[in-house]
Amino acid sequence: MLEIRIHGRGGQGNVVAAYLLAGAAFEVGRHCQAFPAFGAERRGAPVTAFVRIADCPIRRRNQVRTPAFLIIQDDSLLHVPGVLDGLLPGGGVLVNSTESSESLSARLGVATASIPATTLSTEVLGRPMPNVALLAAFLTATGALPHDALDKALAHRFKGDVLERNRALMARAEASVPAGLWSIDISERETHAAGA
Amino acid sequence: MRQALEGSQAIARAVALCRPGVVAAYPITPQTHIVEGISKLVADGVMDCELVSVESEFSAASVALGAAAAGSRAYTASSSQGIMLMSEVLYNIAGLRVPMVLTCANRAVGAPLSIWNDQQDSMAVRDAGWIQLYCADNQEAVDTTIQAFRIAEATELPVMVCVDGFVLTHTMEPIDLPDQDVVDAFLPPYHFARMLDPARPISLGTLVDPAWFTEARHSHHHALLKALPVIEQVDRDWQAATGRAAGGLLEVIGPADAPTAILCLGSVASTFTEVLEDHPPDDPVKLIKLRAFRPFPAEALRAACIGVKTLIVLERALSPGLGGIVAVEVQAILATVPDAPAVHGFAAGLGGRDMPVELLPDLLAAARAGRPGEFTIADVQLSKLPEEDR
Repeated sequence: MLEIRIHGRGGQGNVVAAYLLAGAAFEVGRHCQAFPAFGAERRGAPVTAFVRIADCPIRRRNQVRTPAFLIIQDDSLLHVPGVLDGLLPGGGVLVNSTESSESLSARLGVATASIPATTLSTEVLGRPMPNVALLAAFLTATGALPHDALDKALAHRFKGDVLERNRALMARAEASVPAGLWSIDISERETHAAGA
Repeated sequence: MRQALEGSQAIARAVALCRPGVVAAYPITPQTHIVEGISKLVADGVMDCELVSVESEFSAASVALGAAAAGSRAYTASSSQGIMLMSEVLYNIAGLRVPMVLTCANRAVGAPLSIWNDQQDSMAVRDAGWIQLYCADNQEAVDTTIQAFRIAEATELPVMVCVDGFVLTHTMEPIDLPDQDVVDAFLPPYHFARMLDPARPISLGTLVDPAWFTEARHSHHHALLKALPVIEQVDRDWQAATGRAAGGLLEVIGPADAPTAILCLGSVASTFTEVLEDHPPDDPVKLIKLRAFRPFPAEALRAACIGVKTLIVLERALSPGLGGIVAVEVQAILATVPDAPAVHGFAAGLGGRDMPVELLPDLLAAARAGRPGEFTIADVQLSKLPEEDR
């Protein structure tokens, strides 16, 4: 089982990101689960969302404490205590940031990759909505799911011009991280589910 | 068809499959997505139903009561303070023996204000005379919602389907939504024998003097007890129709002869099922997943507890000044059983506190260290409290 935690701020599409990732997993026949942990219900407040992807039914419903990967939608959250907590050894952090991956990795002391998701989404979508760019980069970096899986999940949620722009955003984001940076095997259940 | 759906959207679709005539909608976190989902299905023409946007939960329950009494299948949903505000009407719906279905997206009751999940809201109306069924996952929520309409209409009792707020309502997971023809075959068109009909005038809700009130309460109590086999039968029929059961009255998971059992309600049963299957404790433990809380399946509980020495009751609510709610009921039901297990009562997961996989071994250890009959809030962090409150 692969456990992922997404950190963002209210209004950045954190829950949508979690649902898209779980939906993408479902599209390729995986079992999946995604849910948010809301704080105060307002834009800008820190929001956490959790995703689990597995080859067998997922029954645990507790929050993800030991994620294999973190997706951080807003690099100001790196200053919030607890954001990096529980990251499994060998895990990776994908951050929406204009700071380089090397600089962030050195500063945080964990394997970190960055993409300028706010810039990319502002250019392609016309507004700062980093979630789809980060998901596309995450799948490219990890190979966790094929590109088409996210494309199908997007097509369930968006139509017409919005869908096409998000597809263009996916392509831009995929080109901005090294493919196979963190390769993983979802079937390695125990490796990624040390919580029990 | 199997789809990846948010729990609330799946529940909305399940309600649509039951073809209600009237849905009363008033938003409250974490229930809001359910009535929003229904509203969209109505707007999209998928659902042919009168959606009544009301100004309070009191009205939501009242609209559903009136609609069901007037011969329409009726549904509403709420949470927490909303359930509190409708509590007067909830008693009336049940006392008038009007069948309808309500989803309680379980949430803590303030104060202190909390939007997060526990089960204090539905527990607070446990004596209103409704059937209460608790769901462990979103598949059970869908299946139980559909079953609830049939149970309600067969028993002339309202059914509250309890789903943990956020933990289920806001979780996306693969869910099998049955086909419309399966639901149509399972759930006959709405029929209410005492329907308000100008051609056959009757009164509902008249004053009942002391000469009859006791008899009315007796009938209501016995109607709930007689609902026990109906709940079981409807689940069996659902299994025959879909291949899936939703837990009957209660479900025992794990080795039948285990000397230790943990009884719980709602989504934590799903987490504990995984823990027990993937990391079985050295001493065998079984899970008693209580689905029907009202009516209480006393016989089924006694049968499930045969051979059990230690029974841990875990609940997400409490009765301040007493302790456990479910635990006290369980103790009372087992009191007449020879060699009754020692009952250890715990509350945990209040106001949205996460219930991690480690909670299960923690409960086992706490029960070993504790005295039978004791009640403890398992996950309280006393160091946060001033000395005098610990």
